[in-house]
Amino acid sequence: MSMETGMDCCEDMRSSATSRRAVLLGGASFAAWAYLPKFARAADGRDPRLVVIILRGALDGLATVAPIGDPDYAGLHGAIALSSSGPNAALPLDNFFSLHPAMPEFARMYRDKKAAVIHAVATPYRDRSHFDGQDVLESGFAGPGRVQSGWLNRALEGLPKGERVSSALAVGPTTPLVLRGAAPTVGWAPLAVPQASEDTAMRLLDLYQHRDAALSAALKQGLALDKAAQGDDMKPKPGAGGVAAMRLAARGAARLMGADNGPRIGALAFDGWDTHANEGGPVGRLAQLLGGLDGALAEFETGMGPRWRDTVIVVATEFGRTARINGTQGTDHGTGTVALLAGGAVKGGRVIADWPGLKPASLYQGRDLAPTTDLRAVMKGVLKDQFGLAEKVLAEAVFPDSSAVKPMQGLVV
Amino acid sequence: MARDSQAALVALNRFGFGARGGASGDFLNAASDPRGFVKAELSRPNGALLEVPGLQSTSALGKAAFDYQFEVQRARDAAAKSATPPAAGEGASQQPPPDAKGQRRNLSLNSIAMEMAPKEPPAKPPENATMSGAEMMQPAPPKPSPPRTAELNIIQKTFRAEALARLQRAVIADGGFAERLVVFWSNHFCISAAKGGLAQMWAGSFEREAIRPHVLGRFADMLKAVEQHPAMLFFLDNQQSLGPDSRAGKNRNRGLNENLAREILELHTLGVGGGYSQEDVTALANIITGWTFAGRLGQLGAPGTFVFNANAHQPGAQRVMGKIYDAEGFAQGEAVLRDIARHPSTAKFIAGKFARHFVSDDPPPVLVARLADVFTKTDGDLKALALALVDSDEAWKAPLAKIRSPYEFLIAAGRLLAQIPNNPNLYLGGLRTLGQPLWSPSGPNGFADSNAAWLAPEGMKLRLDISTQIASRIAEGVDPRDLLELAAADMASVETRRTIERAESRQQALALLLMSPEFQRR
Repeated sequence: MSMETGMDCCEDMRSSATSRRAVLLGGASFAAWAYLPKFARAADGRDPRLVVIILRGALDGLATVAPIGDPDYAGLHGAIALSSSGPNAALPLDNFFSLHPAMPEFARMYRDKKAAVIHAVATPYRDRSHFDGQDVLESGFAGPGRVQSGWLNRALEGLPKGERVSSALAVGPTTPLVLRGAAPTVGWAPLAVPQASEDTAMRLLDLYQHRDAALSAALKQGLALDKAAQGDDMKPKPGAGGVAAMRLAARGAARLMGADNGPRIGALAFDGWDTHANEGGPVGRLAQLLGGLDGALAEFETGMGPRWRDTVIVVATEFGRTARINGTQGTDHGTGTVALLAGGAVKGGRVIADWPGLKPASLYQGRDLAPTTDLRAVMKGVLKDQFGLAEKVLAEAVFPDSSAVKPMQGLVV
Repeated sequence: MARDSQAALVALNRFGFGARGGASGDFLNAASDPRGFVKAELSRPNGALLEVPGLQSTSALGKAAFDYQFEVQRARDAAAKSATPPAAGEGASQQPPPDAKGQRRNLSLNSIAMEMAPKEPPAKPPENATMSGAEMMQPAPPKPSPPRTAELNIIQKTFRAEALARLQRAVIADGGFAERLVVFWSNHFCISAAKGGLAQMWAGSFEREAIRPHVLGRFADMLKAVEQHPAMLFFLDNQQSLGPDSRAGKNRNRGLNENLAREILELHTLGVGGGYSQEDVTALANIITGWTFAGRLGQLGAPGTFVFNANAHQPGAQRVMGKIYDAEGFAQGEAVLRDIARHPSTAKFIAGKFARHFVSDDPPPVLVARLADVFTKTDGDLKALALALVDSDEAWKAPLAKIRSPYEFLIAAGRLLAQIPNNPNLYLGGLRTLGQPLWSPSGPNGFADSNAAWLAPEGMKLRLDISTQIASRIAEGVDPRDLLELAAADMASVETRRTIERAESRQQALALLLMSPEFQRR
């Protein structure tokens, strides 16, 4: 929706941000009943599910949902910019934004109004450390710190007493911070043991090449032998960031969460989104990852069965990447990015954006897509509509000290 | 004293098992007085002993093993008699099927990581209906390997308990120098648990009884304790060796086994090229005939204790290294051990191996010569030898170029991550994967001690996988940047620091830290 609206008012985004958001979100025909706590509607057979997928490494939002209509986009993103024409053309979402061509499933869901994009979004974190950024994203606090619980777990705690709530499901060998805390969780990981990802191996090789020739030679040969033994035509090994692993994890999680008595809340983390070099455009490294994510979403759709109808999947990352590509055909740590929603319960078919524009003066610190939407507003909106969590609980317990950040309305059907 | 970070690295890594995490302050302590930090562990009386409730003497363990094996045999005989076909593959040692190899590797990778994160909730077994779903959905082919939950026999239980005690000690030790000495000497005088049930049963007690009490004592005492220990006598077959002219030898038409005698000269004392001949080997083999241990029935002594069986002993005088030994009984052998323990070849051999282990694959000859000199002058005082090493400038100046052995690597990781093991199987799996199964070298020469052995392509690839596994289980809640400070402080290279800081997740950062040259080299 809304691109026109967004485009008109780019000159003075600070002052008019609130009003424009109101336009963007408030214009639709949301009936008042839509804001009733859905959780209380269990009587009508609704049994909500929420899946949070964290993309570790900071997803390039401008490459995932490209503002092709923004006159500055192509220049900034250079050789890896998506285009609406030619081979591997981006998939148009509206007359301004287009989706990366590696995500046909998400595009289909979007057309069916079961998927939505929130753009120019960010957590309150404004620096560029992955660790700290992930802390903020997952803890739900306004800044990095040594918090040992995550907002999704505290949301579980905040659910009305007496409601049947299965333990939340953590997918992977460890419980991600977002789901850690006092509320019970269960863990599940695909049986295949993840080995070191190619990305980790490459980073290590790079370090060895600078510091330790002997270690470098041995590791290089070991990796090559391993590859030869497996055969190059083998599917990618399940491992952190592996495309096959994403589908595998999603398939398992969907089977578990789709059960009638399955966990209502689940969290997964996919690694490998730190695209400093050779990020690729319509094809390449990021395209592979996005394809994996797309496949994972499709696995959820299939595997959740009848529960898909009541499901919201939120895909989020710790921060975005620089708007301008760097000298190695990649992007560096930035700020604003996208959040993706998918699921039968999503009121989709929309790109929700208070678009700041990509003119040099509009960029955050002259580098990044400026964030205009607080990611917590998205999370709050979903939690409120899916589970009927009170705004006060959301503002104090789930996302502490966040009363200024109002839940985004109308994200859930 | 001024802070010396370079020396702290040497103190912690070359001499110890690496800095501990948490609030140990190991790096700062080592940096303020590096040599004192290393030596502190040597001044503790009995600091190398390992006395853990529940660990039993070799004799008690021997009796238990004999009884167990007797029962197994009886059951087998009974089964054979009643013509019931024996269970397929039944045996005291339960070998997994050969085709489970790939899975085993994966399991061990997985399990080592699980072990390192005992507090992680997801490790807990599924408990509700959702988990049956989990099992259901798991793809069929990679079936979990032979049930680990099967009841362990007394031998397996003992091995696990002994392994756990050793692992825990290594992870919590202050700097770890005393434990490193134990590992060095235990490898020098190795036995292999793979030899069979008794060796597996005794692997831990052998080290506790024959190695630890003498690590800071005299070489000659350690030598005697080792060569008279039932585990060594079993490992190198001396309990089968009969003097050809002994009563037992004549009666049973069996004779000499030179295995132990050869390894005493070649591996334990003089070293290859140490000046002994085949005649010396044969003579020593004759001399130590009758060195054995008492069996289940205890006819020669308490079951599982060292005994001298005069009936098996080759009578008469023997010449070893040019000297005639004519004493009677086991005193004859003890006299030989006393002499070769102080032989110049032994001093040279031990000094070289000691320096190679701690300092470099090619240790400075002047250091080796000095250590040999100390060994000789102190009549094999191993504490003096260790102190001489710590006091040598060469040991502090040599670049940290040796790669950690798999054992050193896994222990160092456990220390830095402050994870005290509570289940040995999981470390044991990691050690197997990396080619250094605990107390189970493939030959009597022990595990190799060189970069050539451990800095191998497949080994590095597997280390990376294991590091990833460990990291994926415990990276939450730790900051790899802080851990790098604890491990290397200002000695961390710019590149390593940057690689860790720029990692895209804590998990990746931790895996990279565990694989960094600062962590892999010592």
